[in-house]
Order: sequence, then C-alpha cells, then structure tokens
Amino acid sequence: MNARLRWRKFVSGFMLTLTGVCAAISVSALFLILGYLVVRGGTSINWAFFTRLPVPVGEVGGGMANAIVGSAKLLFLATLFGVPIGFLGAIYLAEFSGSKMAFVVRYAADLLNGVPSIVIGIFAYALAVLPFKHFSTLAGGFALGLMMIPITLRSTEEFLRSVPVSLREGAMALGASKWKTIATVIVPAAYRGILTAILLAFARVAGETAPLTFTALSNSFWSPGWTQPTASLPVTIYNYALSPYEDWHRQAWAGGLVLLGLILVINIVARGILARGISVSRS
Amino acid sequence: MATVRPAVSVNIPPIVTNTAARDSTAALAMRMTISKVNFFYGSKQSLFDINMGIATNKVTALIGPSGCGKSTLLRTLNRMHETINNARLEGEILLDGQDILKQDVTSHRRRVGMVFQRPNPFPKSIFENVGYGPKINGSKRPIADAVESSLRRAALWDEVKDHLHKSAYELSGGQQQRLCIARALAVEPEVLLLDEPCSALDPISTAKIEELLVQLKDSCTIVIVTHNMQQAARVSDFCAFLLTGQLIEFNPTPQLFTTPGDPRTEAYITGRFG
Repeated sequence: MNARLRWRKFVSGFMLTLTGVCAAISVSALFLILGYLVVRGGTSINWAFFTRLPVPVGEVGGGMANAIVGSAKLLFLATLFGVPIGFLGAIYLAEFSGSKMAFVVRYAADLLNGVPSIVIGIFAYALAVLPFKHFSTLAGGFALGLMMIPITLRSTEEFLRSVPVSLREGAMALGASKWKTIATVIVPAAYRGILTAILLAFARVAGETAPLTFTALSNSFWSPGWTQPTASLPVTIYNYALSPYEDWHRQAWAGGLVLLGLILVINIVARGILARGISVSRS
Repeated sequence: MATVRPAVSVNIPPIVTNTAARDSTAALAMRMTISKVNFFYGSKQSLFDINMGIATNKVTALIGPSGCGKSTLLRTLNRMHETINNARLEGEILLDGQDILKQDVTSHRRRVGMVFQRPNPFPKSIFENVGYGPKINGSKRPIADAVESSLRRAALWDEVKDHLHKSAYELSGGQQQRLCIARALAVEPEVLLLDEPCSALDPISTAKIEELLVQLKDSCTIVIVTHNMQQAARVSDFCAFLLTGQLIEFNPTPQLFTTPGDPRTEAYITGRFG
C-alpha cells in the first residue's frame, strides 16, 4: 500500500514536471527566436537600415528601405482586396444565407485557409503574372489578399453571429430594414471583434514568402508604381539568407527582427482592442 | 398531423363574451382587429382561430400559462413573427381598418412599436438609443426634441438628462427598460406592444413601469403580455386569457378577475394551474 502510494506520487510529480516543461518550451520558443534575432541582427538595425537601398556585396552600409516600402504596398493592396470580400461575404453568411449555403461557404473558406501558400502563389502567378508577362506589386497584393479572404471571413462571421438576437429584434421593431439593422446596429456592435480579425489576418500574411516569390518577385531598387516587381521583407530576407555573404546574413537577421517586431506589435494591438471589452454585454 | 386541435374542445368566444361587457365596449373605437388568426411554427399550430379587438387608448393584457401563445399573438401584431423561419400566419389583422399584412413591413413596425422581455438597449449612448428610430426613419423633427420628449414620456428624463452621452449599459435594468420604452415611443407609434416588460425587473422598477403604462394610454394604445396576474389586474382595461393557443376568455379586466365566464379562467386566476 505504501509503495503504491509512493509510486502514485512519483507518477503525479513526473507528469506535472513533464507538462510544465512542455509548456515552458512552447513559451520559450518565441523568446528564443526573438532573442536570437536581436543578438544576430540587432547590431545591423540603424537609421540606414530603414532609409537606404541595399548596396552591392563588399560595400559597407545600405539598408532595406525598398523592401519595407514594398511590403507596406503589398499589404495595403492585400487588405484592399481581401478585407472587403471577406467582410461582405461574412455578412452574407451570418445574416442572409440558409444553413446549407452557409455550410458550403464556411467549408470552402476553411479549405482555402488550408491551401499551402506556395499553391496560392502558383495560382496568382497563373492568373496575375502570366497574362501580363511580368511580375508586379499588383500580383503580389492579389496573392496575399487571396490568403486574407478566408481568415477575415470566418472570424468576422463569428463576431457577427455573437451579436445577440435581441439587438436585431430591437432595431427591426423600430422599423429598421434588414440592411439598416446590419449597418447601424449589428456591425457597430461587433466592430471591435471585426477589427481584431482584420489585424490578425494582416499579421498572418505579412510574413508570407512563397506567394510573393511567384508574383512580386523581388527588386534591388525602388519599385515605382504598382506594375513593377517589388522587394518585400520576407523575400529579401530569404534571398539574403541564402547568399554566401556575411554582411547579407546580418541584414537578413535584422530584416527578420523588424518583421517579427511588426507582427508582434499588430498582435498585441489586436489583443488590446479585444480586451477593451466586447462592445455588447451578454446577459 | 399538422393542424390537429388539442383535446380540449372549446367554443371560440365572440369578441366579448357577455352582454353587459359588450354593452360597455360597444362605444369603444377599435385600433386593431384580429380575426380568424391561425399561426403555425412549421407544422406545429400554436394559435387557433383567434378573434379579438384592441381598443384605442386602452391597455389590453394577454395572460395565460407559459407556451399558451400569448407572446406569439403579440408578435404577430407588428409582424415580428416574420423574422422566424417557417412561421406562417393565416387570418386577418387590421390596424385602423387596413390589413397589416398588405402594408410595407418597416412602415407598419413604425406604427406598432415593441418592447421586449429583457431590456435590449443598443451598445450606444442613451441619446443615440432614443434617437435611433427618428434617425433611421428620416424624421423631420429635430432628433434632440424627439429624444427629450420621449424620455419625458418614459419618465426617465430627470434621471438621465445630465448624461445623455453615457453608454446605455451604465443604466440599471429598470432604467434600461424605460429607455427601451422611450426608444419605442420616439417613433411615435399608435400601438405599443410589451412582451413581459417587467419579468427581468425588481418590484420598484416594475411599479414605475406600471405607473408609466397607465399614463401612456392617453396617447397610445397598449397591449401587454404578462405572466403576472396582479400586474394584469392593476394596469389593464381589458384582459384576454389564452390557453394552448386558444382564446378562452376576453373581457373587461374587473369582470374577468371577479366573475370569470369560463371555468378554466377561474382555475387559472385562482392559481390552480399555470
């Protein structure tokens, strides 16, 4: 009996340690990555990194200004393309479609969400690069936007559905049409959640590399307008990291640090918006 | 089968069951008339051949045990049943002599307002809540006027006039319900429907709302669903007793409570079931 009890205590202690260690590993992975990036790339982050173009191998200095601006342009296009489609599609799903239709659309969105990003890249290549015979910022924005659609759609739908029926009834009983109810009561009640969803979708595609290598390609210089190939942070990091030059490796680490920093900030802002309280009380 | 009647067989009462009562209501103008209304959720029938009138500027109460169809009947009056899939209404409901089912649904709902069981203010300020109806309906009257007069009519003005721009969620439950009444009044409805408006409130808030209803009937026709028989006795002029989707008795309130015309009414109001 006594031995049995000791054994039980041992198993309990062992499992507690094991699960604790696994939890610690999960958490520390992020901090290890972040720390490693800071150590390796921190020294290369300076004013020039954000304001200068890349320089040829051997020259000192230079930065990733074109990649940073390129990423910003790509993400702007992606948001412009993906968010309205995802948002309006979610309104249809949550407010108008029958349950069968909703099931099909939701399932398709989940599948689209699971499509490997490299496949999205090939698809965008066939649709937005081949017909025009050159790589472009537009094609890159299209590929990233495509990836934003299912994320925005699914989470916006969830937040729209969580608005209590009593609010819909309240608006309709006052003579509001269905569209008026959606525009003036339901969407405002869910706006925090929707905004969070959009930010998370944005952060999700900000680091995508594969779709861009087929569409926006890369560029060592500024990319004026929207129809030229453009540099972007993830692709530039990829190219630099594969190069045999120590200088470029350091730049790649710095680029990774900037990208991760950006994504972390977006995530924290998104959580902050949501944590300020869901705008509808649930009684 | 779909339209099988319940086992209890009833003679559907006329609009007013006894002669004395009919005399007392003969002179009354009817704001709404409900005739031969049958209502179905899918294949399940939940109202059976309802006939009754809603007297102008009076309070009409609908009472009966849970599931008797009183809320369903109330919701048909401003066509809120149409928001439910598979709901089907047969029969005729007139508002000022016009068939409500032939009107535009949004303009009909402006004429027949509704207050729900639980307070449901929008996640907006007090001002925006009350101003919502006039705003979406493009009222020509300044919204601030409508907000003030509606809040006064709902006996809430003095409590909120200094913080109209605070969130409606900061009000107490009773205040929120009066806010919802003010919001409904701001559209200037001819009829105000209330679906157990006090069931989520404490006795003091309930008393305030009951007092308010009595004041409101000067300018508005009121239909109230209530679980609470004392409440029906206190506030209503006419009272309808429903049981399993049928109108058992519809009479002036004092008469229904003192000399009920049907044994089932008597059983219900004396607390033998329900």
